Formats: sequence, C-alpha cells, structure tokens
Amino acid sequence: MKHKLKPSQYAVLVAIMLTASVGDSLLSRGMGQVGQVDAHHLGLLWHALFNPFVDAGIVLLIGFFACYTAALSWADLTFVMPATAFGYVVIALLGRFWLHEQLSLSRWAGIGLIVCAVGFVAGGPSRTEHHELDQMDSGVGR
Amino acid sequence: MSSQTLHIWSAILFVAALAVAGEVLIAAGMRQLGDLDDIRAHSGILGAIRAVLTNMKFVVGALCMAFNFFAMLFALSIADLSLAAPAIASLTYIGNAIAAKLFLHEKVDQRRWLATGFVALGVALLAR
Repeated sequence: MKHKLKPSQYAVLVAIMLTASVGDSLLSRGMGQVGQVDAHHLGLLWHALFNPFVDAGIVLLIGFFACYTAALSWADLTFVMPATAFGYVVIALLGRFWLHEQLSLSRWAGIGLIVCAVGFVAGGPSRTEHHELDQMDSGVGR
Repeated sequence: MSSQTLHIWSAILFVAALAVAGEVLIAAGMRQLGDLDDIRAHSGILGAIRAVLTNMKFVVGALCMAFNFFAMLFALSIADLSLAAPAIASLTYIGNAIAAKLFLHEKVDQRRWLATGFVALGVALLAR
C-alpha cells in the first residue's frame, strides 16, 4: 500500500492541473477566433487546425492525457479526480488576476469547496488496499 | 417534465455515463499495468507507451473518451452551456466515485465521499 508520493509524482499532479486548465483556455480562445462550427460549416474544423491557440491547446491536452494516464498507474481514480478539478480553480484565478474578470460570490464559494476537497483527499493515501493490487504487490498478478 | 427537458437531461446523463465508463476503464487498465515509472525504467519510454497502447481496457476507455467528446458537442448544441457543462462535470465526478467503489474496489471512505460532493457542488457553483 502506497501512502507517500515521490516529488516527481507531485509534479505530475501539478502538471495535470495546469495542462488541463491552460489547454482548455487556449482551445476556447482559439475556437473563439475560428467562429461557430455547426453541421453546415464542418470545414471550419479543418481551418481550426491552423490556429496557433488551438494547436497549443491540443499539445497541452495531449500532455494532460499522458500525465493523467501516468497518475492512474500509481494512484486511485478517486484520489486523482479532485486534482483534475483543481484545474477549474486555476482557470477562475487566472481569469481574476490575469484577465481582471470579476468573480461572483458563488464562484468564490465554488473555489473554496474545491480547495477543501483537494485538502481532504491529499491528506489521505494515494492508493487504497484492494484485492487485485495486493496480488500485484506480491508478484502474483504480474 | 416537458419532452424538451427530458431530451436535454437524457443527453447530459449519456455524456456523463460515457465519461465515467471511459475514466474507469482507463483507471482499470493502468492499474493492471502497474507503475509506469517501473515499466519505463525496465523497457524505456517506448516500451511504456507500447504497454499502455496494447492494453485493451485502456484502448476501449480512450475510445469512450473520444466518443464522449463528440457526444458533448451534441449535448451542447441542444442545451445551454451554463446548464450542460456544470451538470455533466458534477455528474461525472459523482458517477466516478460510485464506479470506482463498485468496479475498481477503491476504498472510498468518508473523506473521499465528502471531497467528491464538494467538487461536484464547487464545479456547479464555478460555472454559474
């Protein structure tokens, strides 16, 4: 049973938070420039591939998927989930302090709840005992 | 409930269910493989990538996620973003916790249930 994370594993969790949020923001900004895509304008999707914001967003989201997959190889799904949710907090704070958007009271409440959730889970084990894992740890499952 | 509301909520539930299926399958696949760092140390980065891409659970999970992406686009075309995005995200978090307990046999203790509820509510509040 693993409780302690290595520094490199913390780095992967931070990368998950940052790549997902910044990647989504870049995609959203890029698609805003490309314009609305509907069934009659599917050609715009091809056009979107030449937008630098969309490209950067896709690269970051591929990085996100790689980090997420790596994290799931050593941590529980219910441990990694709050970390991915923290990305929403990063987006909201980027909006507040970088783009100077106004955050409503309900958004601050949302940020507070997600921060608490990350705190709850981060204090516990990254992987809980289960039968399959015990077998793998003893070498039977490999 | 009007048929339009029913239509919208069916789409939201379908997208969330696909996301849960995808994430749980990917998590199950990665658990089967074990720590990627160990695999990389043993057979290099290409070996690690090959191990991931040849894992059936991972591949089916990734397909579910890809399908989820397009289903999400469809859902957003019939429902308002301010309803669909937080509803799908919140339901996915709660569904993941239930599925992780049922299918992955993770020990979802009080602390993790609380965290899941907080995340689901927090995401809904953030998207308002």
